[in-house]
Amino acid sequence: MRNIQAEQITEVVKRLCIKANIDLNPPVEEAIRKARETEASPVGREILDQLLENAALAREQNLPICQDTGLAVVFVEIGQDVHVEGSLEEAIHEGVRQGYTEGYLRKSVVRDPIDRVNTKDNTPAIIHYEIVPGDQLKITVAPKGIGSENMSRIYMLKPAQGIEGIEQAVLETVALAGPNACPPMVIGVGVGGNFEKCAYLAKKALLREVGQYSEKPFWAEEEKTLLEKANGTGIGPQGFGGTTTALWLAIETYPTHIGGMPVAVNINCHVARHESEVL
Amino acid sequence: MKKLTTPLTKEKVRELHAGDTVLLSGTIYTARDAAHKRIVELLDKGEPLPLDLKDAVIYYVGPTPAPPGRVIGSAGPTTSGRMDAYAPRLIAEGETGMIGKGLRTDAVVQAMQEHTAVYFAATGGAGALLSSRILEAEVIAWEDLGTEALRRLKVQDLPLTVVIDCAGHDLYKEAPLQYKKG
Ligand code: SF4
Repeated sequence: MRNIQAEQITEVVKRLCIKANIDLNPPVEEAIRKARETEASPVGREILDQLLENAALAREQNLPICQDTGLAVVFVEIGQDVHVEGSLEEAIHEGVRQGYTEGYLRKSVVRDPIDRVNTKDNTPAIIHYEIVPGDQLKITVAPKGIGSENMSRIYMLKPAQGIEGIEQAVLETVALAGPNACPPMVIGVGVGGNFEKCAYLAKKALLREVGQYSEKPFWAEEEKTLLEKANGTGIGPQGFGGTTTALWLAIETYPTHIGGMPVAVNINCHVARHESEVL
Repeated sequence: MKKLTTPLTKEKVRELHAGDTVLLSGTIYTARDAAHKRIVELLDKGEPLPLDLKDAVIYYVGPTPAPPGRVIGSAGPTTSGRMDAYAPRLIAEGETGMIGKGLRTDAVVQAMQEHTAVYFAATGGAGALLSSRILEAEVIAWEDLGTEALRRLKVQDLPLTVVIDCAGHDLYKEAPLQYKKG
């Protein structure tokens, strides 16, 4: 058994909340730079230039890349030989509280979907735990804006719809998202499992580094195909028309039932935030 | 790029066309759903508003808190669709410009055509860049709404794109067709 203090976890979560919101993920920035070279629309190129200038300014002036600093989504991989001294869950919420307050991030959480009173510290976080072998604890903070989240969808497809059905679902979601999701988008797709599992897979797909294809050859090919098709929609940067609608698309899969084929499409924007640390 | 200053009179609006890029300077206001709801409630009751809507431009934004030494934090646009229920009313009362991102309903576009108003997009996700073009910011009403409070901003060269003009042309509908494959 390895002991980890709850306070250490709070420190890490706090740091990751701030870093993820201010420092644009380098592979995403690289993807924007590449897209800038191939974008066919002059207005589109102008937008991509603005996004690069924005990222540099945010870093230099310690400002959030985007004002929607999101819901704090936290993924925790806990080694089964780790013992946390204190409350792990409370330590995470406290880290979010401190990070969002000290980092001058926006507090966007309301305590109830109907009474809509702001909790004023961006808590509670949305936490996903996974038990893994070993004695380490990995924390990933992935702040998620609602503009793109609102455009995400789940489809309960029939097995007979096959890969074409999956492609249709993804492309329909991209078309409906259009300018609302601040394109260029990053797209996470979850295929298989059941209703909640495919949504979780789609979210996990957004944690994969931009530029890194699936380890499963069939799905890696499909990622390339779908990214190309998404860029063929013509939506373009900000929906002003162009050839860069998406910077990246990742698919995560899981075994499923003989009678079903759930597909979830989680839309993310170019801000595509996620930062990790291992304790 | 066209330079544009507030107040945004109807004459100026008529010269703007979908696809134009402009640099906007002058005084504008910030409001999101909650502030729009309160504006409409005041109009319904016939009570005075905390801002003059005539020739006014409203920016749909909920900024991050201003760190020490800055007038405002990161300040990019929010999704405009959430204001669609209120926008036609504000346009009828004299609002001539809206700044946000994303699609609008037909009812909003109709009101824009009828009363001569324009819809601009600011680049979503460019909150730090847009913040650097804001020189002054002051909460003028509803501080209790936090980030959603009504603010008066002084902006200099805010980079915007005309998405829907007062003739009803919509860049979001028209431009992607040129680049669509297959
Ligand atoms: S979708 Fe992304 S870039 Fe757009 S406002 Fe939300 S967090 Fe910001």
